[in-house]
Amino acid sequence: MSAGEVVASFVVPVHPHTVLAPEQNAGWQRLRDAFDEAAQTIRELEADLIIVYSTTWPSIIGHQIQADPNPEWVMVDHDFHDLGSIPYSFNIDAEFAHAWDEANQNRGLQSRCVNYKGFPIDVGSVVALTLLNPDNKIPAVIVSSNMYANRSETTVLAKACLDVVKAQGRRAVAVTAMSLSNRMFTDFIEPENDKIHSLKDDEWNRKILEFLEQGRLEDVGQLSRTIHRQIRVQKVVAFKPMWWLSAMNGNRNDLTGRIMAYEAIHGAGGAVVSLDPTPSGAGDKEYDEDDVEYFHGERGVLDTIDEVEDDGGSPPQEGSKPTKQGPDLWEPTEAEGSVNTTTAPKPVGAYPHARRVGDMLFLSGVGPRQPGTNAIPGGPIHDNEGVPLEYDIRAQTHAVVENVRRIVEEAGARMDQIVDVTTFLVDMKRDFAGYNEVWAETLGKVGPTRTTLAIDALPTPIAVEMKVIVHMAD
Amino acid sequence: MAKGQIVAGCIAPHPPHLVYAENPPQNEPVAEGGWEQLRWGYERLRASLADIDYDAIVLLSPHWQTYVGTHFLGLPHFEGLSVDPIFPNLFRYHYDMNVDVELAKAIHDEAEAAGLPVKMMENPDFRVDYGTITTGHLFNPDWDKPLVVISSNRSTAYYSVEVMQEMMIELGRVTRKAIEASGKKVVVLASNSLSHRHFTTESEVPEDMSKEHITSHAMHLWDMRMIEYMRTGQAQRILDEMPEFTEQAIAESDGGGLSWLLSTLDVPTYPATLHGYGTIIGTGNAVVEWPCHAHEVSEA
Repeated sequence: MSAGEVVASFVVPVHPHTVLAPEQNAGWQRLRDAFDEAAQTIRELEADLIIVYSTTWPSIIGHQIQADPNPEWVMVDHDFHDLGSIPYSFNIDAEFAHAWDEANQNRGLQSRCVNYKGFPIDVGSVVALTLLNPDNKIPAVIVSSNMYANRSETTVLAKACLDVVKAQGRRAVAVTAMSLSNRMFTDFIEPENDKIHSLKDDEWNRKILEFLEQGRLEDVGQLSRTIHRQIRVQKVVAFKPMWWLSAMNGNRNDLTGRIMAYEAIHGAGGAVVSLDPTPSGAGDKEYDEDDVEYFHGERGVLDTIDEVEDDGGSPPQEGSKPTKQGPDLWEPTEAEGSVNTTTAPKPVGAYPHARRVGDMLFLSGVGPRQPGTNAIPGGPIHDNEGVPLEYDIRAQTHAVVENVRRIVEEAGARMDQIVDVTTFLVDMKRDFAGYNEVWAETLGKVGPTRTTLAIDALPTPIAVEMKVIVHMAD
Repeated sequence: MAKGQIVAGCIAPHPPHLVYAENPPQNEPVAEGGWEQLRWGYERLRASLADIDYDAIVLLSPHWQTYVGTHFLGLPHFEGLSVDPIFPNLFRYHYDMNVDVELAKAIHDEAEAAGLPVKMMENPDFRVDYGTITTGHLFNPDWDKPLVVISSNRSTAYYSVEVMQEMMIELGRVTRKAIEASGKKVVVLASNSLSHRHFTTESEVPEDMSKEHITSHAMHLWDMRMIEYMRTGQAQRILDEMPEFTEQAIAESDGGGLSWLLSTLDVPTYPATLHGYGTIIGTGNAVVEWPCHAHEVSEA
């Protein structure tokens, strides 16, 4: 099986005009032609999965993923019902959907699959899949746009998706069904009179497209909040799709972009944009936002306080259940030079999170448990009776690195000042490869020396722990 | 022909949880109850109107969201399966409803004459939104009265609450005018929550009422303030405070239903009856009736 990858990305418009009435307006026809060309490109790339993030499918309870293998119905747009109806019968990759759902939960996201006869597939998804995959040969998956999701959550959603793309060795195409400026005319217009609603919207759209043509997807992602304020009707679904698409492409600014069409649809900015992962754009990214691996935001709001083991400062994580397995938790000790933080899990004995001596910082062994809930991302390695459980070593390793980062930063140090790491694995044969992969993506880029040891057990039902030494002098 | 009349005006919520909890035969999922305070509120509302004769229900639903004008269902009959895209685990309802197209067209025409962008929805494949169905079911489970269904124009999102309210007050005025000209007796119904901040998680058992409460104290205060205005006949104050309420309580009044309702009732100065209040996944919801028949019958 080859390594999974995103072989192409597309931005496509959401309104039904390109399906139902392209002949009524030359601009709509150009968008339709671009759709058709994009469909041809996807076929030539021999893609085996189309992933649609749709802004016209809002959700409240986390993200929803379509998992009906063959959803069929007739879609009629709430506004443009007079254009006609779009019957659909899609080929959904339910196995991928369930795997993505599980990956989401491993990364702390609220997520669920939906598989119900008659579920109303949203207009953006219907348009995208009808035109990009007209013969339904390529399986697809659709994800909702959560009303309350911020950049962190949306980024983690993409990373979870990539986990599955890689694990399954897929050749995936990522699609965002979205408008650029989304202000439509609020009155009825004749098709021939369609144009971008305002000069200001048009200018912003062209600036976005200029960036995308230069392959600067991450720059558009970082400007998304500004774009939303400037040219978006302030609905609940903000200009989030670029966060997802950028994360699906490794938050890069050096993609190969191409504007295939840009036209008005009832005043809104509609564009078909191709983003090829081949490097050719502006170059190094300037990633000045948190590169979040796990979602730690507002979730679990229905839980009462007494269900949480302590009030360590973070809300409980969904998807990695709080565990009471293992020894009692202790308050960290406070000897001279101790460094402790409520953002790291509590010790399982009388010791601090770290201790500073001169310009050296020595961390106690750090595992993946989460502060507050004691939850283990990726799941515990066994249950209360000691029965082995399936777990995700990559998720656990990511969580260890995140906990290390919190302690290091609490001490006023930086991750790139880590000089030596000793890692303990409870199952070297099973876990070394996954652990090593995450290492390469994280601490491996910092460059500390490393020793990896196999041990019999750790005090809590975890698979990996790190002992870290930091040299704080610049 | 006798002058038509609005016999009652109501605000009533539409989260699908309420239909789910009722276990009607039309809905596929099965619940163990839940949200009784609001469902009993709907019961009291139905009982209050049981002896009132009326011909049709005019309903504005914030889940038929239109950005280009205000739309009206324009065919006499709709049936099909409605699946809530947000809570499909709770709401998969087989609906079968009749529309008073004549009255819908009359309101449409009055609105058009007043300069509002309007359109009749005449596509037979159209799926009626779950807000309409939820409120329609709970208000009239027998579905034996025809409906006029009005979409929610998203002018709050496009412009401001003030612009929305100006449009909805005008829509309410022409709605009343068309009803009076029709000679029909009508209930006007705003399908609407009050404060509208949701929880973003769901209990393992969705109807687990030990998890249900308002999302914040501020939301509760706003809901009670609005309800107190309703109960004391101060509808004008609701309209006056609508921008602050809508913004600070993230209220579903952004869809225009409440402003439209109060306008159709000519901004009532008599008290409304609170039949029930409760929260649904953290949002504030009330079942409220303005008993117009008791206050306006002499004018008819």
